[in-house]
Order: sequence, then structure tokens, then C-alpha cells
Amino acid sequence: MTNDEIRSFIENAIKENKVMLFMKGVPNQPACGFSARTAGALNALGVQYAALDILPDPRIREELSGLSGWPTIPQLFVDGELVGGSDIVIEMFESGELAELLGAEPPEQPFEPEPQPEPVQRGIGLENRLD
Amino acid sequence: MELQKKIESALPGAEVTVEDLTGGGDHFRAEIVSDRFEGLSRIQQHKLVYDVFGDEIGGAIHALSIKTSCP
Repeated sequence: MTNDEIRSFIENAIKENKVMLFMKGVPNQPACGFSARTAGALNALGVQYAALDILPDPRIREELSGLSGWPTIPQLFVDGELVGGSDIVIEMFESGELAELLGAEPPEQPFEPEPQPEPVQRGIGLENRLD
Repeated sequence: MELQKKIESALPGAEVTVEDLTGGGDHFRAEIVSDRFEGLSRIQQHKLVYDVFGDEIGGAIHALSIKTSCP
């Protein structure tokens, strides 16, 4: 795939999915604590969302950040607009704004995601899985 | 701390607290209170902070967790 193809794939994913999450790993098997918390918040609200693992090709992240102007992963888009990364999403989850934005029932209990160990020692280039 | 100084000089008058989460110097949490955030969306507030570091985010700074608020 060329970089242009990757970029238009990302653009389409954002356009075609009301709730689109770009993350490290997949919702069932997140590869980073920040991605885990963000997917966990969406799961807790029971909303449907699409998720794309950015790890298989480093260009996905490059093109995504170029497009959004947001340097970190995860990135959550709703109705084509960047909502934020994990800090913002968790803040909005806790305040009930995320539920409101997504038309979901507000969470009954405060969100307490299980702590996820961060891969502390690894540099950015080594995070991409080779399989 | 270097991170704190950088944020403070980019956002004069801001109240900045930086915590090194792992002690390894690459995972940080920053809390920033600044009147520059007034009237900005959260996205815009966080972008102001990210802009201070540019390419260091995802490079030397592996992770930076941000909490912003207005005084």
C-alpha cells in the first residue's frame, strides 16, 4: 500500500464509522494501557464502534497523526470529528459527556479500568509487532 | 524538571505539575492550570501542550498524560 492509499483508508474509516477508534492492538487485546482504557470506556457504555490497530504498519500512525494533528494514540473520532486521546475520553466518560455525545446511557458506576502495565523499556520503533 | 520548565515558558503564568510515572524519564503525567485554556475545547487545550514538545512526543517522551483546566 502506498502512503496515499493508507491515508484514504483512514479518511474513509473516519467518514464511514460514527464511532471510530484508532488504537494499539484491538479492543479484546489492547497493546497499550492508554488504548485499553479508551476502548474500556466505550465498552462500558455499550456503544458500537469500529477500531483499527495502528501497529501493523508504522505509516498508519504517521498518516493518522498528519491528518488529525494529534500526536498520540489512541484517537477517538465521533461523527468524523476528533474527540481526543485517552485523557480526554476518560474525563468525558467520568463526567457523563461521552455518554451524551454517543447517545448512550450514562455509566452507573465510576469507571475503574484495570491497571495495564506499560511496556516501559521499549522504544517507539520496537512496538510494532512483526507478525 | 525540564518538562515542567518547557510548559511553563510556553504558557507563561501556568501552574504546572509534572509527575514521572515510572521514574524512567519517558512516561509523564502533567497537570496544567492556565488562563490560556479559557474558551478552548479540550482538544485545543491538549494540542497547545503537545505543541510545546513537537516530535518529542512518541520519541523521547513515550507517553504524556495531560489534564488541563482553567484557573
